Amino acid sequence: MAEPLEMPLAKAINAGLRAALAADEKVLLMGEDIGKLGGVFRVTEGLQAEFGTKRVIDTPLAESGIIGTAVGLAMRGYRPVCEIQFDGFIYPGFDQITSQLAKITNRTSGAVPMPVVIRVPYGGHIGAVEHHQESPEAYFAHTAGLRVVSPSTPNDGYWMIQEAIASNDPVMFFEPKSRYWPKGPVDFTSSAAGLHSSRLVRTGTDVTLVGHGAMVATLLQAAQVAADEGVSVEVIDLRSLSPIDYAPILASVEKTGRLVVCQEAPGAVSVGSEIAATVAERAFYSLQAPVLRVSGFDTPYPSSKVEAYYLPDADRVLEAVDRALGY
Amino acid sequence: MKSEVAGVVEVSPTVRFLSVDGTFAPTEAAEEYRSQLDGLSHDDFLQFYRDMAITRRFDEECTNLQRQGQMGLWPPSHGQEAAQVGSARAARPQDVLFPSYREHAVALVRGVDIVDIVKVMRGVSLGGWDATDPSNGNFRNYTLVIGSQTLHATGYAMGLGFDGLVGTGDPTVDAAVMTYFGDGSTSQGDVSEAFVFAASNQTSQVFFLQNNQWAISVPVEVQSRIPLYLRSRGFGVPSVQIDGNDVLASYAATRKHLDEARAGQGPALIEAVTYRIGAHTTSDDPTRYQTPEQLAYWVERDPIIRYAAYLRSLGADDAFFAEVTDEAESFAADLRHRTLELEAPPLASIFDSVYSEPHPLVAEQKAWLEAYELSMKEAI
Repeated sequence: MAEPLEMPLAKAINAGLRAALAADEKVLLMGEDIGKLGGVFRVTEGLQAEFGTKRVIDTPLAESGIIGTAVGLAMRGYRPVCEIQFDGFIYPGFDQITSQLAKITNRTSGAVPMPVVIRVPYGGHIGAVEHHQESPEAYFAHTAGLRVVSPSTPNDGYWMIQEAIASNDPVMFFEPKSRYWPKGPVDFTSSAAGLHSSRLVRTGTDVTLVGHGAMVATLLQAAQVAADEGVSVEVIDLRSLSPIDYAPILASVEKTGRLVVCQEAPGAVSVGSEIAATVAERAFYSLQAPVLRVSGFDTPYPSSKVEAYYLPDADRVLEAVDRALGY
Repeated sequence: MKSEVAGVVEVSPTVRFLSVDGTFAPTEAAEEYRSQLDGLSHDDFLQFYRDMAITRRFDEECTNLQRQGQMGLWPPSHGQEAAQVGSARAARPQDVLFPSYREHAVALVRGVDIVDIVKVMRGVSLGGWDATDPSNGNFRNYTLVIGSQTLHATGYAMGLGFDGLVGTGDPTVDAAVMTYFGDGSTSQGDVSEAFVFAASNQTSQVFFLQNNQWAISVPVEVQSRIPLYLRSRGFGVPSVQIDGNDVLASYAATRKHLDEARAGQGPALIEAVTYRIGAHTTSDDPTRYQTPEQLAYWVERDPIIRYAAYLRSLGADDAFFAEVTDEAESFAADLRHRTLELEAPPLASIFDSVYSEPHPLVAEQKAWLEAYELSMKEAI
């Protein structure tokens, strides 16, 4: 297929999973309701029918059990891809992820790799109940031994899921659930960037905006509004939260002198905090203004009828852009 | 039921071949396991003793080494040798064993160099041995978070099934997994989840529960108001309770249930009722929570003394026991010698295996630390 196809992120990840299952018989999908139902977001739709119940496994309803048995399967040479149904349900599996999955390669001096992917639909904007709209990526980016990524586009979804499965390290794969449905082009012929590259998605000269997942669409929206007002904004899609690819961020800040880091997750002790600190250390003389953060608040995710006040939107981003330009 | 000694729980009915004085007197529950002993040679019987006696001796040496500051910690297996040796000797080479952190006798039987366990407790290695090296007998690494390994074992057993290594009828092909865990860990959610996943997938797996009656200082009655072997039945995992201080009971029960697991009959649980004669670890003080009467009761049921009496009835003489004592002394002396030679790992070991593939942040911090250390040396 030479021509890119238009498809939503959910179907692009589905296509990537299908390609990975077809390419390597050691790849297994495991999770709750991923078989006949195709997952609550239908990301695994049709895969059990195509690959069978031993490759696409409806597990018992227990997150620690899913991750812990995936660890054992990885020891046996399998490459399990676990689905956590919703962001806020990952915590029963937290011990197996952080104390076992993340550490076994190190504990065994590299003798036992852990090629496990954990897919996590995350983030807000869908009007759901408690525990269904959280952004817990910082916990995992803080944990040595894990890789953490988040695609923002269908094309990245298709390629990054396959690259994550091909990795010999555990990868936390955060899927921005509010972006599951909008369509975008998928180029099936070649990957645009590596799994851990950040990407310049809009060039500008006055202010740099950095974000990941669903936030990237908001940043592009803000950049368009800013452009209409005569402000030139550069936008970088992080794509990878561990490791973070700083080179494009630092190059951009050296050009613009201003950085606003944006995320849905609470701001305290977050990925955004880390980027702000690192840029302050490494690009101090390029900065014309303090690095600013736009984030969710340091509260539990609120009731969905007031989530619009919690989630950073283009106006919140632009308010920070204005503040940065005020220095 | 409670015995006359306060704090001592008698178990009945239970699978037992050797009574406390070493007489061969199978209980009624042992009858269905009796044929499992038929294939044992005289040398096999002697080997069980050798395994237990050597373990007892190096275990004591390791406690001494810790007291002398040569190890940060040592978790003794004193009292649990029969449960461990019998079960380990029942496993086939292709079986895969997932220990917690006290299965020193199992490690010995499977071919792990005991100094590799010492490395973990001395602080020179996190994992100790390479579980993927065939010379280590498919004995996986110790897991210190209570109960975590039961899920790894279940996942591994699922993989054996997917790989077509269960129920083929070929004794050189069919494989099973055995996981070791303790009475305290039965309260962990991971152990319950392991039962769920094992039953759901009908894994080729034996759960070997050593009920040593203590979770550090907390008695087993706090973990469960029913005998622990009944726990797994509610999850659909059949179970049996054995006298864990009878090496023959441990061997026979494990052999039968591993055979059944390999044949595709699904998972089973064995509760080996034993007793931790020593401390939880060298940092513990059992006199704070264990009565002298309890200790005396279980010392009387020592698995090695009981088995030695049985071997004498089979004709083992003083020369045999003296030979094993010498062997155990040599083993301990060699272990001591090699322990004292263990050096701290290189600084690079902090960074080198955090990931299988390069990670820029870790690489950067490694380079920084190396440069920093070099600069400090130059400053001197």
